[in-house]
Amino acid sequence: MTMTQTISHHLTDALLMGYSAGTLPEAFSLVVATHISMCDECRARAATFDTVGGAMLETSQAVAMDEGSLEATMARISAAQPVARGNGAATQAGQMQGQHQQRPRGVLPAPLQDYVGGDLEQINWRPVGMGVRQALLPTSRSASVRLLYIPAGASVPDHGHRGLELTLVLQGAFMDGDLRFGPGDIEIATEELEHTPIAAQGADCICLAATDAPLRFRALMPRLAQPFLRI
Amino acid sequence: MNEELANGQDQWVSYVARVRDAQDQHAFAELFRHFAPRVKYFLMRSGADAGLAEECAQEVMATLWHKAHLFDPTRASVATWIFTIARNRRIDALRKERRAEPEDLPWGPEEAAPQDQVLALQEEAAALGDALSKLPEKQRILIERAYFGDLSHSEIAEETGLPLGTIKSRIRLALDRLRHAMK
Ligand SMILES: [Zn+2]
Repeated sequence: MTMTQTISHHLTDALLMGYSAGTLPEAFSLVVATHISMCDECRARAATFDTVGGAMLETSQAVAMDEGSLEATMARISAAQPVARGNGAATQAGQMQGQHQQRPRGVLPAPLQDYVGGDLEQINWRPVGMGVRQALLPTSRSASVRLLYIPAGASVPDHGHRGLELTLVLQGAFMDGDLRFGPGDIEIATEELEHTPIAAQGADCICLAATDAPLRFRALMPRLAQPFLRI
Repeated sequence: MNEELANGQDQWVSYVARVRDAQDQHAFAELFRHFAPRVKYFLMRSGADAGLAEECAQEVMATLWHKAHLFDPTRASVATWIFTIARNRRIDALRKERRAEPEDLPWGPEEAAPQDQVLALQEEAAALGDALSKLPEKQRILIERAYFGDLSHSEIAEETGLPLGTIKSRIRLALDRLRHAMK
């Protein structure tokens, strides 16, 4: 997925910093990791934030380790030695860990494939009306993330619109007012911002959308229906 | 450029190489002495009690031993690498969540890293550490809270009583200074 030249809507410093610090809800981390997989610019910015974290560690205070701690660690190392070079359970940052299962490259970037359990054809779509389909992905409850399939020309359903909402385009495009969001672009909306994304003409649009608004279990409300409901 | 700092970074890189190539316990002990107590502090600041922080710090250092062959000195300083291991351990052990990682760039770990690239990256990391230590106290504390406190910006606002806008603008100022220092 190298489409990095055409991306014009990127992650904010606050999101990149939160991702690097490890303070984002799991659902947001998935959106950030997916965007970074598609965007060299944000990958480089993320690396800088990790460097800030390293510098914080380097210059921070220290708390004495217990008596015999080094020996205990060496014992841990010997005990784990036989699986040392495999894909162990211990995680470590991005590039330098080989965390992802080997999968053929597809439409979905690797971190998303890990949550879906494969590429596009593995997605367990559920219809939510007006031709729109969604698939909720399993994450911790502090925020939720779903894949949305929006037919060309249809409006992107409102998935909460409270709190922070991230929408990353994987395929196709949507328009929000004058702004166009194509593959790799991310729209970051807060509750103050009124936004009405509509899938562009042409290819159907597939997005990854996360929100920290409380998860609602009823069907999504298509935006176009809302004005009628408000009257 | 602070050469002394860059040389310090370079030394950690060579210790990791000795762990990787020769399972050198002396080099590992040097890394352990410097980094394990800092990882323990990081974990305690994030809400772990002393016992859990000790255990996780040991696990982080054991991971360094096992994954030494994956460390790439053209991409990160040793401090940065250890920070990312510790951060992931924190998400796993304290928050009990998964963390999505970006897709790997295609690269060959078998290729020898060009020495000038290693040096450039390590110098950059040293310059950033230097700039961080020279930040005004108020900005530095906020950056440390964001990284060590396991708090979002709005949680920091709640805890400190500072308006969210003030926190965001102080963090932005700090980042601008850091970026300027790295040019
Ligand atoms: Zn980007």
